[in-house]
Amino acid sequence: MVLWGSNAREAHPIFFHHVLKAIRRGAKLVVVDPRRTASAAWADTWLSVKIGADIALANAMAHTLIAEGLYDKAFVEAACEGFEALKAHLAGYSPEAMAPVCGVDAETIRQVARRYAQADRAMICWTLGITEHHNAVDNVLSLINLGLLTGHVGRWGSGLNPLRGQNNVQGGGDMGALPHKLPGFQDVEDPVVRARYEALWGASIPAKKGMTLTEMFEAMGVGALKGLYVLGENPAQSEADGGHAQARLKKLDFMVVQDIVFTKTAEMADVVLPARAAWCESEGTVTNSERRVQRVRRALTGPEGARDDLEILGALAARLGHPLGPLTAEALWDEMRTHSPMHHGMSYARLEAEGGLQWPCPDDAHPGTPFLHGRLWERPLRSPRARLSITHDAPPVEALTPEYPWRLTTGRRLDAYNTGVQTGPLRSPLWRETTVDMHPDDAAGAGFADRTPVTVRSRRGAVVAPVRYDPSLPRGVVFMTFHDPDAVDTNTLTIDVTDPRSGTAEFKAAAVAIAALSHSDAAE
Amino acid sequence: MDLRPLRDAPSPEERDAIDAALGAPAAPPTPLALGAAEALRPQLLSALHAAQSRVGWVSRGALGYIAERLHMPPAEAYGVASFYALFSLTPRAERVAHVCDDVACKARGADALAAALEAALGPAGESTQGIGWHRSPCLGLCDRAPGVLVQCAGATPLEAALGEARPDVVLEALRRREVPAEPPTVIHQPREGLRLLQRVGVADPTQLDAYRAHGGFLALRRALTLGPAAVVRELSDSKLAGRGGAAFPTARKWQAVAAQPARPHYVVCNADESEPGTFKDRVLLEDDPFAVIEAVAIAAFAVGAEEGIVYLRAEYPRAYTRLTEAIAQCEARGYLGDNVLGRGVRLRVRVARGAGAYICGEETALLNSLEGKRGEPRSKPPFPVEVGYLGKPTAMNNVETLVAVLEILREGGEAFARRGTPQSTGTKLFCLSGHIARPGVYEVPFGTKLSALVALAGGVTAGRRVGAVLLGGAAGVFIGPDELDLALSLEDARAAGATLGSGVVMVLDDTTPLLPYLRRMAAFFRDESCGQCVPCRVGTVRVEELLSRVARKKPLDSWAAETERLEALAQTMCDASICGLGQTATSALSSALARFEILPKDEPSP
Amino acid sequence: MRLEDAPPRRRITLTVDDREVTVAEGSTLLDALKQLAVDTPTLCWAENLTPVNVCRVCVVELEGARTLVPSCSRKAEAGMKIRTDSERVRTSRRTVLELLASTVDTSAAASLQAFSARYGADPQRYGAQGAPHGPRDAARPGHHAVTSGAEAEGVAQPVKVDNDLYVRDYAKCILCFKCVEACGTDAQATFAIAVAGRGFEARISTEFDVALPESACVYCGNCVGVCPTGALMFTQEHSLRAEGQWRPEAQHETDTVCPYCGVGCVLRLHVQDDTIVKVSSPVESTVTHGNLCVKGRFGFGHVVKLRRNKREAVG
Repeated sequence: MVLWGSNAREAHPIFFHHVLKAIRRGAKLVVVDPRRTASAAWADTWLSVKIGADIALANAMAHTLIAEGLYDKAFVEAACEGFEALKAHLAGYSPEAMAPVCGVDAETIRQVARRYAQADRAMICWTLGITEHHNAVDNVLSLINLGLLTGHVGRWGSGLNPLRGQNNVQGGGDMGALPHKLPGFQDVEDPVVRARYEALWGASIPAKKGMTLTEMFEAMGVGALKGLYVLGENPAQSEADGGHAQARLKKLDFMVVQDIVFTKTAEMADVVLPARAAWCESEGTVTNSERRVQRVRRALTGPEGARDDLEILGALAARLGHPLGPLTAEALWDEMRTHSPMHHGMSYARLEAEGGLQWPCPDDAHPGTPFLHGRLWERPLRSPRARLSITHDAPPVEALTPEYPWRLTTGRRLDAYNTGVQTGPLRSPLWRETTVDMHPDDAAGAGFADRTPVTVRSRRGAVVAPVRYDPSLPRGVVFMTFHDPDAVDTNTLTIDVTDPRSGTAEFKAAAVAIAALSHSDAAE
Repeated sequence: MDLRPLRDAPSPEERDAIDAALGAPAAPPTPLALGAAEALRPQLLSALHAAQSRVGWVSRGALGYIAERLHMPPAEAYGVASFYALFSLTPRAERVAHVCDDVACKARGADALAAALEAALGPAGESTQGIGWHRSPCLGLCDRAPGVLVQCAGATPLEAALGEARPDVVLEALRRREVPAEPPTVIHQPREGLRLLQRVGVADPTQLDAYRAHGGFLALRRALTLGPAAVVRELSDSKLAGRGGAAFPTARKWQAVAAQPARPHYVVCNADESEPGTFKDRVLLEDDPFAVIEAVAIAAFAVGAEEGIVYLRAEYPRAYTRLTEAIAQCEARGYLGDNVLGRGVRLRVRVARGAGAYICGEETALLNSLEGKRGEPRSKPPFPVEVGYLGKPTAMNNVETLVAVLEILREGGEAFARRGTPQSTGTKLFCLSGHIARPGVYEVPFGTKLSALVALAGGVTAGRRVGAVLLGGAAGVFIGPDELDLALSLEDARAAGATLGSGVVMVLDDTTPLLPYLRRMAAFFRDESCGQCVPCRVGTVRVEELLSRVARKKPLDSWAAETERLEALAQTMCDASICGLGQTATSALSSALARFEILPKDEPSP
Repeated sequence: MRLEDAPPRRRITLTVDDREVTVAEGSTLLDALKQLAVDTPTLCWAENLTPVNVCRVCVVELEGARTLVPSCSRKAEAGMKIRTDSERVRTSRRTVLELLASTVDTSAAASLQAFSARYGADPQRYGAQGAPHGPRDAARPGHHAVTSGAEAEGVAQPVKVDNDLYVRDYAKCILCFKCVEACGTDAQATFAIAVAGRGFEARISTEFDVALPESACVYCGNCVGVCPTGALMFTQEHSLRAEGQWRPEAQHETDTVCPYCGVGCVLRLHVQDDTIVKVSSPVESTVTHGNLCVKGRFGFGHVVKLRRNKREAVG
């Protein structure tokens, strides 16, 4: 089991219970993370990869798999494409060459590659340590290469899993809350698909894909996007380079915010639509990281004046001249699954009786699908081959300089969630203020005693917070959380360069300077 | 594991003592994976001993440092340390006397000794200028009652037993940190016919060559020549049954372990002799340590193990010294090691110490204790022959059982079986104590009459007659003066509703009231219950309370109702307790109630 | 979905109260009893924990065995003959319940009270419940003060309140070990608590009885979730009970999904007067097996009544 760029012990605690069970039964855990996290503390092997050097490490492992003949030749031959190109490309990625780049010594890289290849079943799980980089997609592709080369895909107990950070990231995508997809990952630019939905909805659908969140913010910046409707998101505080994001939001002619609490973003809005909390004041479904669709139910009536998301959207549609009639979550779900093949078999009745179902579940008798890509093991292969990808090591966009010599990375803590909108009221005895975590030797070398307040400055902004000594960090790295933005708005420091394909910002790597608190800072 | 350490730091003395026990620490400390962390756990008790014997107690700093060194949660380390009576987690006098006030010593002046110490040092548990005393359950010094265990913490800690202890001697020993040498063990019976005790008092127990000169290591040589299967066959022919109390056939146990596919196998010698009134194993361990080691080595060879562990109760400091020194000599001379006697066989023996817990004599509790855990019995099945030390097949035998194996290999199983009775073969050690002329350990063939054994020990203390005999220990039974005709064999004891248990024969004269002894035993079981299961944890308390009411002659309601109450308690404790402790905790009491007048006859007036 | 390579399990047949029952090899006697719908009392057993068989209320009579056996942990074997309601079984179950009732405050232990009624257990059998003979957290193993026997020594002690999320009232603790298992090897692997002390003085404790905020506790509340007697209780429930406002009959339970990460933990919301008063998770959920983390268990403050337009209202 490889956890790559994931501190599941704190960020996905109940998933980690399952990992612990496996460890108790003898499974071996490898954790790849610059920090020696609580998850890494359970690992047999911890690889303290340098920030942003994941591709160097993954490619060096792939190099080893091929050089030592450890890859699954039969599987690669039968089910993959691009092997020869990959092999040629990886020639320059020997463990020796990559060791100084990724900070893991060559022999350790080889050993982990061997153990991964030789395991009966092996799984790679990752989270934002992989995806919050400017080259997020390449990061993921280089991990997929490892799974494909070893055949650790499409089988029970093996696979490649992104652990979702929110309860319905997966479901939102499944339902088409992506700029280029309709429900069930059907392509919006496919005229056949589009025609089907146009017939169903009695309205035309734009023929071209829409903008990603990042593209929207860029469009706001140049004045191309003038109106924004924000549902359940707090971009004024959650976006990288928060100061910049807020400036762009201010440029809008008109902004509507629909949320369950009055967020920082809502403060900037022209209209605020108070909504009921989806997870306990509304009916519906969410989909978790294992593609399990489960019911959420209304347990509370919700505050006076707050309305269900569906009700708000329905009323809005009516005002805009498109009355949708009475909407219920189940009726909408049934409509959706009629047209999304992978959801066909998931009636509310089944979801309730069977404790959720994992898609694809194409018909009423289908038990759901615990793992994907089993098709790659069909012989002869009746579906497209899986592609091995060429990925290039590329360091973080913002290089360290004498002026900004520290590498800032960000992450979550166990008892808090994102910008703290929901966990704020939780009176957690574990709560502690936002700190600037540094290796004790680094901090002492820079002249900061434990708990000294410092100014952390990036090219985009500055915050003030106390230093906290943390020996689990590698040298040169500074770690901060972003849970308490009203006190310390960490995201004013982060950089909003994004991966062009996924649109995710490089929250995990910024360059910062740290200085003792000056009088002017203190006055702020 | 992502553990949160205790913040308190150890003192330099504590740190050094713990490092001396565990080896120098790796720097910097980094988390270990689960398996690697758990592998360190068995060192916990020895680390706790190291800290305590340096400063007299286990401080927060010491416990925190031990937990950190062993990569274990501090809460678990605390849970383990607080289980054992000899560890103190609050500041305690640096020099303490543990005064045995258990049944055998009670019969020979323990209460007076305790009273004298209380007068001199204040109540038990308090510290006066770094000196204090505690009451203790049986210390296995019943032949030299009353017994005391002296512990003085420091850079060169002192731990020593003191027999026939007088208050002035105890106080002087504490003040001077010096204990007069214990005299050698005396065998009061004629030497001919002695087998298990043949070297006791004859061969110098500190010299390997003395052991060899008295037939030492012939059995090991013979075993290596015969091979494991033939050794088990000899054992089978001998019909040897375990001497720890349960009388399980030893050959079957060894065979079962040898046949287990899981590896490695282990041998554990149960030297946690703690049954009140028992001291026979101490005599063997102190006076014939090489024999114990040789026997453990043979057992390991026979069951396919490379490691044998002697789990020794911490109350036997002299045995600890003798055993560890004997093991060192055996290793130096090639009787233990990677190539035993040049036969290419690897056999190691080590000693692990308990820390004051009667329950650790129960085999599965002992295994937990060896693993650095609380001495809580496991549920059976599975039995240790399948799932034992560290989850591996383990043969566990009592000290006396193992020493008997030497005799079997020396003379052959069939010859061995000719002694004793057809169903109880060989000779047996009995521990005579209480109101008896010559307390001590005696070796007689099974089937010997109890009256003859009492006579061998010189009979009841001058001028008195037998009032009652406690047979088999606190978990045994009281029998009356009319039952001395009992033949001491497993089958005769069973037929009489008695047990030989661990060989306790504690005699009380006819002037001695039983109730104080029953109450002491009830208190003993309450103190020694591990606390896991409800029948034992609470039942032992309720039994003691009931006996307090008997002593005060004030029933809750009526003596008839108290009798019913006691019967329900006894039945439930026997039926529903996890282990033998709870199951037998009312055994002696029930036997006494059946034979003697314990409960008042008159009901209180309403 | 099971492991592809898991071997099919053998089936074995045994007899319970003269009825035959067939179960998969490796099943416990309790599994067999459940299959036959024999209602068996349990206190220390839980579906999501390793059996520790310490409470002994589930004991049954096994033909040929010297003692009764715990049905929760004893594996079924072919040909076993079991009696679940013999006089011996009833005596032991009743006595165990009486011993517990004589020792602890059972006022919040609904299941224990129900079992006691069923077996005719008299909580006063051993006299009125008395105080412990000293502070229990300071008790030393192997030493105790002898009592008069006029009262049954109990475990009364002050409630431990050292954080805002849950309280520990060990006067109600029957030492079933469940919280230790949930905190440790069976779920959370935090090991903030352990059994300390020995015998009647055995107790659940952090290291040196330090307060929870000084311990390793991460406030997942899984210990509270498994406690059968109310010794561990969420602060909210504890306060409502103290005010006489805890009304189970006025509560409804709704299952939904936690909003805090992508794992998809099923939350069971216990709602009274349109307010969440407790959060648990159903043990049959394949995602949680009944366990949650601090956010799922306690992170519902943002939907308490009166959250509204001002963020201060929730902060």
